[in-house]
Amino acid sequence: MEAQLRDAVRELCSRYPNDYWQRVDRTRSYPDAFVAELTEAGYLACLIPEEYGGSGLGIREACIILEEINRSGGNAAACHAQMYTMGTLLRYGSDDQKARYLPGIADGTLRLQAFAVTEPDAGSDTTAISTFAHRQGDKYVVSGKKIFISRVQHSDLMILLARTTPLEEVEKKTKGMSVFVVDLRDVPENRMEVRPIEAMINHETNELFLDELEIPVENRIGEEGEGFRYILGGMNAERILLASESVGDGLYFTDRAKQYAGERVVFGRPIGANQGVQFPIAKAYVGIRGAAAMRDEAVRRYDRGEACGAEANMAKLLAAEAAWDAANVAMDAFGGYGFAEEYGIERKFREARLYMVAPISNNMVLSYIGQHVLGMPRSF
Amino acid sequence: MEILVCVKRVPDTETRIRIGDGGRSIDPSGVKYVLSPYDEFAVEAALRTKEGLGEGEVTVTTFGDDASQETLRSALAMGANRAVLLEGAATMDGLTTAKVLATEIEEMDPPLVLLGMKAADADQQQVGPMLATLLGRPCATAVAEFEVADGKVVCRREVEGGTEVLELDLPAVITVTKGAYEPRYASLKGIMAAKRKPLEKKPVDVPESALVVEALEPPPEKAAGRIVGEGPDAVAELVRLLREEARVL
Ligand SMILES: Cc1cc2nc3c(=O)[nH]c(=O)nc-3n(C[C@H](O)[C@H](O)[C@H](O)COP(=O)(O)OP(=O)(O)OC[C@H]3O[C@@H](n4cnc5c(N)ncnc54)[C@H](O)[C@@H]3O)c2cc1C
Repeated sequence: MEAQLRDAVRELCSRYPNDYWQRVDRTRSYPDAFVAELTEAGYLACLIPEEYGGSGLGIREACIILEEINRSGGNAAACHAQMYTMGTLLRYGSDDQKARYLPGIADGTLRLQAFAVTEPDAGSDTTAISTFAHRQGDKYVVSGKKIFISRVQHSDLMILLARTTPLEEVEKKTKGMSVFVVDLRDVPENRMEVRPIEAMINHETNELFLDELEIPVENRIGEEGEGFRYILGGMNAERILLASESVGDGLYFTDRAKQYAGERVVFGRPIGANQGVQFPIAKAYVGIRGAAAMRDEAVRRYDRGEACGAEANMAKLLAAEAAWDAANVAMDAFGGYGFAEEYGIERKFREARLYMVAPISNNMVLSYIGQHVLGMPRSF
Repeated sequence: MEILVCVKRVPDTETRIRIGDGGRSIDPSGVKYVLSPYDEFAVEAALRTKEGLGEGEVTVTTFGDDASQETLRSALAMGANRAVLLEGAATMDGLTTAKVLATEIEEMDPPLVLLGMKAADADQQQVGPMLATLLGRPCATAVAEFEVADGKVVCRREVEGGTEVLELDLPAVITVTKGAYEPRYASLKGIMAAKRKPLEKKPVDVPESALVVEALEPPPEKAAGRIVGEGPDAVAELVRLLREEARVL
């Protein structure tokens, strides 16, 4: 099954070669055709249980899919969130909410791939968010600012984290936040402004200005005040999946660098015969395999329902760093051609860099390991 | 209409082949196996025929060991309805394979039997015609496109410099080449559905073979190439070398 799945994803991706992604990148457009085909073939619904129209597969298979997309030179970030954002709904939503949304998410008619947490005045300190949802009868009225919220313009639904009790009034700062499903199709224009951020990569990401946006109470997921816990509940899966994208990126770079270094002849021999070129590629590969092994350990624990926070976070950090090392190695191996768009390396170089920062910066991973795994003094 | 497609598990064309077993067979270790690409055309042709007719079933079968189940699952993932594994030790003898298939097919009696024009490993192009002979059915080989109507199948073949059109009475045996049948790839939905489709395993008696493989030899190592120059300037030198060194002009 795993080999077959890997082959099938590879085959699909092979129809979207570098020039496709290059064109999409240059025009800062959405890879509609690729995403439509991926959706149609069922890949983005792999984690949704069969009773709701998905394939009910585990995280292992989802990792294969995302890894192969990025290894092919594609960019899974355009649609990866459609795979796992629904996890919050699946784990903590009511039966009614699941029945309402999951079948549409599974067949792709409902796009839930926007997830609004980050705020300009809170940054990595999520509990400091100030977007506030006031309960008024059978609805909440929400105002605040969000930043770097991706794929909003390519989503029908958005998961939103907002405070429902002011920070000053809660006994623990992780309390008093709630999670909502925002139906973006119903939002009146003057209640939510979406301001696109021009970025280094082709990643539809936005600033959101919420001004008394009304959300029906039935769109709150789980209990009021418990939202932060729900968000954390999906973090391990996200770390593991995005680590897989980085592993895919890393392998893309070593695949390409190895091939190019074998073909490019300078001083009468392939540049890859020089240890100054060969060893960095080999070292980058070792790093990627090491990160993949940690990712696999996280997957095993996740699948067995064991605690995997440490492994998931370490896999994310190792994979993001390994991919970034490999990106630089590939740039070196390609020399000047690494800068030429048609080779694809510079685009992937930019794209691979994201995972050092998002969805959580590697420093935050280290503080988690230091404070929660090693038990060292807290810095915040 | 019932369509039976006979398929084979072969090494992936991108796999590096090593010779093992005293030079008589390939070393299977580290080899990635796939559904033979010509058989993919045949499966595609069967699925399109079924879809065109709006009825019927596509069964895939293979003669091989337990590992061939994987190959059958690939065909099921493409959309075939059921699979039968004729379990036994396959050989390089096309006649043995044809006999095993013929025994099974006589029992099932499907009006249309499809095969790839050849297996991508041994390239022998034997099994289709031999099977047709054993069954006493008409056979068209290397068919680029066909259509079934009124108990007949009309086949188009690409021949040197033109096209040949054949009409065969059903039941018939057809071997398929790429032609119109660019294979669909398996989707995740297809792979998931394939897990639930019936795959029957039938041990078979393998008839005695009168053919042994004496030796397999890899192609000779290619000598390193040489760049004789660039652009139009290189032409004169290339012609000189082809004439004087390679002596091919
Ligand atoms: C392309 C893109 C897409 C994104 N998509 C989304 C999205 O869809 N939804 C969403 O909610 N968010 C999204 N984000 C936001 C992302 O999660 C944040 O950028 C990230 O969590 C870091 O927050 P920040 O940018 O505010 O950095 P800051 O918190 O300002 O941090 C800046 C730097 O300081 C370091 N730092 C801060 N505090 C400490 C400390 N105590 N100790 C050590 N180091 C520290 C950080 O590690 C970082 O290196 C996206 C970001 C990008 C770039």
